[in-house]
Amino acid sequence: MLYREAGQFKTSYAADQQVFPIRQDRIGVVALLVIAFVGIPLFASEYWFSAILIPFLIFALAALGLNVLTGYAGQLSLGSAAFMAVGAYAAYNFQLRVEGIPFLVSFALAGLTAAGVGILFGLPSLRIKGFYLAVATLAAQFFIVWCLTKFPWLSNNSSSGVISTQKLILFGRELNTPVEKYLLVLSIVVVMAMAAKNMVRSSTGRAWMAVRDMDVAASVIGIKLMPTKLLAFAVSSFYCGVAGALYAFAYLGSVEPDGFSLEMSFRILFMIIIGGVGSIMGSFLGAAFILLLPIFLDVALPFIANLLGLPFASATVSHIQITVFGALIMFFLIVEPHGLARLWQIAKEKLRLWPFPH
Amino acid sequence: MNFFFEVLIGGLLSGVMYALVALGFVMIYKASGVFNFAQGAMVYLAALSVVGFIEKGAPLWLAIILAFAVMTAFGIATEKFVLRKLVNQPPIALFMATIGLAFFIEGIAPMVFGSEPRALELGIVDEPIPYILERWNIVISKFDLVAAGVAAVLVATLALFFQYTRIGRALRAVADDHQAALSIGIPLQHIWAIVWGVAGFVALVAGLMWGARNGVQFALTFTALKALPVLILGGFTSVPGAIVGGLIIGASEKLAEIYIPPVMQDWFGGNFGGIEGWFPYVLALLFLLVRPEGLFGEKHIDRV
Repeated sequence: MLYREAGQFKTSYAADQQVFPIRQDRIGVVALLVIAFVGIPLFASEYWFSAILIPFLIFALAALGLNVLTGYAGQLSLGSAAFMAVGAYAAYNFQLRVEGIPFLVSFALAGLTAAGVGILFGLPSLRIKGFYLAVATLAAQFFIVWCLTKFPWLSNNSSSGVISTQKLILFGRELNTPVEKYLLVLSIVVVMAMAAKNMVRSSTGRAWMAVRDMDVAASVIGIKLMPTKLLAFAVSSFYCGVAGALYAFAYLGSVEPDGFSLEMSFRILFMIIIGGVGSIMGSFLGAAFILLLPIFLDVALPFIANLLGLPFASATVSHIQITVFGALIMFFLIVEPHGLARLWQIAKEKLRLWPFPH
Repeated sequence: MNFFFEVLIGGLLSGVMYALVALGFVMIYKASGVFNFAQGAMVYLAALSVVGFIEKGAPLWLAIILAFAVMTAFGIATEKFVLRKLVNQPPIALFMATIGLAFFIEGIAPMVFGSEPRALELGIVDEPIPYILERWNIVISKFDLVAAGVAAVLVATLALFFQYTRIGRALRAVADDHQAALSIGIPLQHIWAIVWGVAGFVALVAGLMWGARNGVQFALTFTALKALPVLILGGFTSVPGAIVGGLIIGASEKLAEIYIPPVMQDWFGGNFGGIEGWFPYVLALLFLLVRPEGLFGEKHIDRV
């Protein structure tokens, strides 16, 4: 009853083409943004900002990037963490080597650098497809991390490639509290998520989806495969690169190349599987789920063990975590291959009829 | 020059070890079109269960049989509870499910059998063969040679099994066309269960060899990462491809590790060791640009 678009008539093309065509959606999004920008900073504790909210937003951004590539353009990539690493190290080097460069500019340049590297590793996608391509993206994962470890120039000659990021200064103001960092990350993520939302419903996004569904058919109807695929790689890597820069500057403060491991790439991949492949909102839902699950298990498992009177070792917790992770991935793929985003869709369909069944 | 040959032969032999793992991938991909990322985890599970049973007091031969039973049961369970439910899903979904499966195994196997690294004694010593050492002054490990022999026997057995048995024929039929195989009365799910059993067996052999060589530890799961470039080089669907790919990757990787870092050091300064991690991938990638379906892979024709 509450969620029904009946009576909302579109009288202009602009109104018909807006991002959120249903009024309730618009109200919901605005409410969400108000909560995120005003409500949360008022109430959340420091722990929440630095351990949950900031990494959630950053990983959501990375998942968004991977979703553009895998979910929309259909090119499976196992190297997203490496592109995050490129972003982090590029931002660090721009700050280090360019006098007085504003932070936002260096983040954008970091994203562009990652996009360039992404295009380079996307080139094979023109020749090879499917699993062959997925394995080929592993080349990016291993090669980039190796380069960052071995070329001392990239990490300003620090041992084993560890970098400590410079202080975040925005408009002459140093951001050092978690709240400020959170607001910075949130603003960037909101802007980029809106951009992605718009991109995937433009002709570019439709071209991506056509390539995903069948690239031969797409090229027959006149979509140029090369620019389309490479653009997907570039955009995806740009998002991952910015996420990586934020990961280094706003979250950890000090990163090493080995931190951007294959495992992290997999984690980002799981986010989009569980959240929903080919859905902007799914990236956020998946990131929240994957980040909160370990925290939840950390708390819940000792509690359950206590309840049952079982002996408990902390090594077991990590094993159970991995097992549950794996089981959940399989469970989701079997039960709901379209992820949490699809559940939300179903809920919306139900809400349309509620409380009257017809 | 002796040194060159020593590195080359060492590389070829370690390539055989990669091929052992890659074979498991090929088996499953051929028969069911599933790219089984969990193969590395299965190698780990197999080695771990052998060691686990030995610790419980079983002799080696019994432990191996029990481990084989575990792998078969596990393969059948995977087929029944995961893959059967994912029929008609896109291949990418199946692939991701096997990543989930890999995590599942990596979590549950150490919980059952313990996670601390252990040695696995097969009774083959890892020492140079005296005759070759004296004659040509080349160090070739006895163990590596045995591993190569085992791989050769395994490949021959699999080839005969595929070629001449009733089940093997059915497997090939399923690999060619699921629906056509079903229509002439081949029980598809039966066949898949068998394939997973065979892949479990291959994983067991690989697990024994790798476990005896490097110890039974979590790092065994990374053997999958070593096998992937072998696969894309050789082609996903080809048993000989896995072997040839393994040899090429093994040899070039070891040669590159010896000869490339000094050159890079001359150019850039600093230490450039450890290129083994990515070199096979880049090599396979460059190779794919020339032959997108790998050395022996089936040429894929797209139809709209």
